[in-house]
Order: sequence, then C-alpha cells, then structure tokens
Amino acid sequence: MLTKRIIPCLDIKDGRTVKGVNFVDLRDAGDPVELASRYSDEGADELVFLDISATEQKRKTLANLVLKVAATLDIPFTVGGGIRSVEDAKILLRNGADKVTINSAAVQRPDLINELTNNFGSQCVVVAIDAKKVDESWIVHLVGGKVPTKIELKEWAREAETRGAGEILFTSMDHDGTKKGFANNALAELTEILNIPIIASGGAGNSQHFVDAFTKGRADAALAASVFHFGEIKLPQLKRILNEENIPTRTIL
Amino acid sequence: MNTVIIDYDAGNVKSLQFALERLGVEAQITHNIDSISSADKVVFPGQGEAASAMEKLRSKGLDTLIPKLRQPVLGICLGMQLLCKQTEEGNTQGLGILPSKVKRFPNIVKVPQMGWNTVNHNAEGLFEGITQDCYMYLVHSYFVPITPNTIAQTNYAGAYSVAVQKDNFYGVQFHPEKSSKDGLRLLENFLKF
Repeated sequence: MLTKRIIPCLDIKDGRTVKGVNFVDLRDAGDPVELASRYSDEGADELVFLDISATEQKRKTLANLVLKVAATLDIPFTVGGGIRSVEDAKILLRNGADKVTINSAAVQRPDLINELTNNFGSQCVVVAIDAKKVDESWIVHLVGGKVPTKIELKEWAREAETRGAGEILFTSMDHDGTKKGFANNALAELTEILNIPIIASGGAGNSQHFVDAFTKGRADAALAASVFHFGEIKLPQLKRILNEENIPTRTIL
Repeated sequence: MNTVIIDYDAGNVKSLQFALERLGVEAQITHNIDSISSADKVVFPGQGEAASAMEKLRSKGLDTLIPKLRQPVLGICLGMQLLCKQTEEGNTQGLGILPSKVKRFPNIVKVPQMGWNTVNHNAEGLFEGITQDCYMYLVHSYFVPITPNTIAQTNYAGAYSVAVQKDNFYGVQFHPEKSSKDGLRLLENFLKF
C-alpha cells in the first residue's frame, strides 16, 4: 500500500542550514548533508531543501550543495528557492535533485510550470503555494507569505495541476509557526478538487497533528521544520504513532 | 567489471551513478554504442515522457542496440516501461523485449503515484536478501500489468508489476537508487549477475 510521507524541511543560507538545530550529537548541525543523512537514517521519507539566501553566489553554492546531498542521500529530495527558469532548474536536477519546487515565480509567470514540466516531466515539479484566509477565502500570498495577491487558493492549485504540476505543497500562513496543527479543512478541500498529491505544511506541533493532516486533511504527505530540528518530534516515534493509528506508514528497522 | 548507464538525456542519472559508487562501482554514463555493447552490466534509466524518450533512443541508434544486448540489462522506471512492446503514453511503440502493453493509472487514484509502496517479490535474484513487502520509492503515471514476466508486484488501483524479467533483461518500476538500503541491495544483487 502506498504510504503517507513525512518530509523534514531544511532552510539553507549560503550552503548552511539556518534554523537552529538541536541535535546534540551532530558534529556540525549547520551542515545540511549531515543533518539530511540523520533524518534519512531516522526514517524520513523525503527531504526538502529551501534556499533562502539572496546573494549572487547563490546559484552556484546551491548547485554544489545538491551534488553533495545526492552523493550521500539515498532517499528522494526536492530543492527550491529562487528558481525562475528552465536553466535554473536544469542544473539542480542534473546534479541529482529529484524535484524542484517553485512558488512566487510561478504565480508571477505561470508558464514557468509548463516549461518545467515539458522539459523534465511533471514528476519533477512541485508547486508550492502560501495562502492565508482573508474574509473567508484562502488567498495566495507571495514572497514567503508577505505580499497578498488577488488569487484564490483552489483556483490557483487547479491551474497549477492543469499546467502540469506533479504535486502541490500547500502552506497555511495562518497555521505556520503556531504549532496548533495543519489547515485540515483547506487541505481536504484541495483533495476534493485535485488529482495530484498534496503536501501539508505549516502548523505541526505534535504527532497527533500529523495524524489529523492525513485523516481529516486527507493529505498525501506532511512537511515540517522546527519540530524536527529541535527534537520536539522524533521521526521513529512519529512513525510508530501513525502506524498505531492505521495510517499507512513506511517503518524502518 | 565494467558497468555503464545509458545516456539519452532521460533525467536524474547522477543519483544512480552515486548509488553505484557507494557499491564501489564507477559507472560510465554513455551513449557510445561500442562502450555499451562491451559493458558487463548495462543500466537503462528513464524519466519523463515515453514518446520523446523513444525518439532520443532512435536518434542515437540505441533502439536497435538495446534489444540485441546479451549481458544483464536493468531498466529503471521509464527504462522498464520502454522494454515493453507498447505504451499508452503518447501511443508509443517501445523496444518490444517484453510483450506487455503499458497502461495509465485510472483516475480513481492520484496520478502520478508518488511515494513509498510495499513490494511483494519472488525473493530471489534481484530480490535476494531483501525483506518481503519491503518499501520502494515510486514516481509514475503509467504501469506494466501483471504478466508471466512479473517478479515483483505492488498495489495501486489494483495489482501491477514493479519488477519484470525476461532472459538477461530486468526492469524495476521503482527507483532503487532512491529506495534506501533495500534499493541499494537490489543494485548490488544486479551487479553480481
């Protein structure tokens, strides 16, 4: 049976992980490769690397990092941050990334989705959507959730699917950082209208929140960052709980 | 031992090369006919769309070469699908090594299937030493039905083939290079043939 995926997300700046990481026995908590292998050993099903640096050197540093990650990691990983063209994506995929994720650039120029899927296939293209509830409707926001658009979440998600996106990564800006659970109602609504996998993001605080994202939210995968980095949720324990709740989960020995 | 990965611009071959490197094998990525013909082991990867992949194989003369190979050949993902006679994807003729017709998943499930699924296998050859109902990582929209060539299967809108074998040709639908320790073991088993 196809299992639900748990995806730790690593924020990267200038080739290093940025969010504080509380793994006492890591030699270098800022080394994305070491952190990634740790998550992989603990049973992460996939990883996401989001590059948040904005320097000129950025593209080169990220491409080098991807190569190092691919050399070490034997689970799939997605890379995002500042991808605006086929060329941007090509170097990351060529260096071993399995998928790329695009966000604001796709809203600003939706043809980017078609271009990427035509060149690399739908399976490589994750469209990330940041949205926030404004007057009872979910509105897409840009630049890490700072700038509102006039676009409604479901409308944009459907367009992304039609243009060839292989997956939707939906972050609720209302839930992100609250640790009060994922936006399960909105997730369930997306599942109703889409026929591609949906990754839930924003709001993870405990293991039950993941259970809810898969049952109430009917998500295919769930992503979180700080709860994993600070050891508030341990992957083996989370997997065990999901298993007990009869959620199909990949457990490793 | 001389192992090659067939190069026809079909997606993520870097990870495959790295996985083989972890097993101590320096695999050459090549579309050179002589290098492929003389290799001890041939890995035939694939990602993306079937019709354009076949077109690329033809443009390099690989469509006539691959069926003639006599050493162990491992098709991965689209590589496995292209070993078949035909695929619904763009109504494309494959290499015809296996008589199967590749079909699209029905829309009662999400397409593509993306993630780790349990694999029920024949416990020998490619799968020697790998736990029954192991998890392998899959990303695909089209599938090979169950046939007499099936050596492993999984369920997604019904049972289908995730590994096939005919003579020296092997195919796996999942990505062994992305399937953690079990995937690496499968590659190791292949390299021992």
